[in-house]
Amino acid sequence: MKNLKVKNIYIHIILIAVSLLSVFPFIWLISTSLKGPDENIFAYPPAIIPSDFTFANYSGVWKKVDFIAYFVNSMIVAGGTVLLNLILSAMAGYPLARMEFKGKKIAFFSILATIMIPFQAIMLPVYLITLKLHLVDSVNNFAGYVGLIMPFAVSAFGIFLMRQAFLGIPKEMEEAAIVDGCNVWQVFTRVLIPMVKPSLAVLAIFTFIGSWGEFLWPSIVLTKESMYTLPVGVNNLQGMFSSNWRFIAAGSILATIPIVIFFLAMQRYFISGENEGAVKG
Amino acid sequence: MTVKVTTGGSGLNECYILENCPAVLYNNFMFKYYGKYAPYLFLLPAGIVLLIFFFIPFFQTFLLSFMDYSNNIYHPVFAGLENYVKLFHSHIFYKVLWNTFLYLFVAVPVLAVFPLFIAILINQKIRGVTLYKILIYLPVIVSIVVAAIAFKWLYADQGILNYIVTSLRLKPVGWLTSPEWALYSVIIVTIWKGIGYYMIIYLAALMSVPKELYEACDIDGADFLTKHLTVTIPHIMPTIALVTTISAISAMKVFAEIYVMTKGGPLNSSKTIVYYIYERAFENLDLGYASAMAVVLLVIVMIFSLINIFCFERNKYQI
Repeated sequence: MKNLKVKNIYIHIILIAVSLLSVFPFIWLISTSLKGPDENIFAYPPAIIPSDFTFANYSGVWKKVDFIAYFVNSMIVAGGTVLLNLILSAMAGYPLARMEFKGKKIAFFSILATIMIPFQAIMLPVYLITLKLHLVDSVNNFAGYVGLIMPFAVSAFGIFLMRQAFLGIPKEMEEAAIVDGCNVWQVFTRVLIPMVKPSLAVLAIFTFIGSWGEFLWPSIVLTKESMYTLPVGVNNLQGMFSSNWRFIAAGSILATIPIVIFFLAMQRYFISGENEGAVKG
Repeated sequence: MTVKVTTGGSGLNECYILENCPAVLYNNFMFKYYGKYAPYLFLLPAGIVLLIFFFIPFFQTFLLSFMDYSNNIYHPVFAGLENYVKLFHSHIFYKVLWNTFLYLFVAVPVLAVFPLFIAILINQKIRGVTLYKILIYLPVIVSIVVAAIAFKWLYADQGILNYIVTSLRLKPVGWLTSPEWALYSVIIVTIWKGIGYYMIIYLAALMSVPKELYEACDIDGADFLTKHLTVTIPHIMPTIALVTTISAISAMKVFAEIYVMTKGGPLNSSKTIVYYIYERAFENLDLGYASAMAVVLLVIVMIFSLINIFCFERNKYQI
């Protein structure tokens, strides 16, 4: 028993160390963001607790950078991406799980093949197509949002997740609904969709996180600063405040608060282990 | 004769009288009600998106790689394999390829082993597990751009890391400004951001290890290390392999870390393939050359993905 306790202390020490390493970069950023002009942020030894404590960097960066606009842009893009993923994945997953039709194998393996195609390798033609379809912010804001959303509007991961969910529903449910006079669309929307809500929730949450953090695509297509999403806006802080690390730190922290709140509210979906591998690579 | 039937997906195999089999009855019944076109209509919206934003770009990547855009971006000329020839004669490309594989060789083993170690520790019966999990997972959900900025600040020439280094009486390190260190400094960010993610995958796998085996170990008086080497590791070998391929694929795709922290520099020392594709395509507008590199990336990632799908995630994608 005593041996077990000693062992547990070692485990705690290691886990505390790893946890600290995980959050320390953020803590150091927060610390810097709270240091006033009278404190040297390059002081040796470095001070975690600011001696010239101030929120001025936050109000300063807030006044110069339109975080509300970045946040709204990110919400529109992530929201639209989630909505389209839910609809398109559920619709495509249903026939793959339940119906027999010509070309099913072709459809199945074509969708599977997209898993192997990294966006980074095809981004150039995707960009050319997006330009051709006039889905860029230089046309108008709406087109800009659509262009940000469409390449991620559906994923093989989502389709297979929904297919798996539909496979788990007893067929008697559909039969009963048909006997009651439902048509195929009604069976889908009124009977099946309510039964796969847990999978839809998983898909929504992970799509949201992925879309919220997306950086490469928006930094390719966006031209107007008013259309920036949060990651692009945060990266832009570096150019705006060249070496003013107090402002860069404050801005980065401000931009991170929403997703941390989202994570803490939804943490069981992420850390329970039930949805392993549910994040895009 | 007893007729054993199920209505599950593989019910057909267990039917003795085919016409009466519930699975067949179900299919006939369903087919009548959903008609000929329903499956196609259901697949159509996703199909259109995949066609426009996956399949056409996929084939176009190959086409573009045979075109020369370097003289006139609006009037490319057919160049055959010229881009590939240039590519495989370019020492920068070899440098970039080398960097990419170095990224892989450093990040993948660490991400396959270290999160497993953490997961085993968290899987012990101890207090505060949820808090540890939340803190270690935090880097996963935070935007890579913010993570890269946070590390850029740690790596500053007069930053906190160099304070630690100099207080150990060592010379300060140019974490992001010296060609020897820049790539490794960026790799550390990728590793740091991935630990929580793979830890959760391992934790799920650890739940499936039979508890009796550990009890047997305890009775035999096996110590912590022997216990996990003989029971845990063999049991979750498929997961270790899965983590290896997933992390290899994502290491091939790194971009944001490099874009935010080093822009591939100094002297191309931290440039990997996706960043170089981006640079050639969107900064030099050399679309053909960039596409030839994209084809190389495509081939490498497809090999990893095929290994992944056929060896480890087969049951997930069974038709």
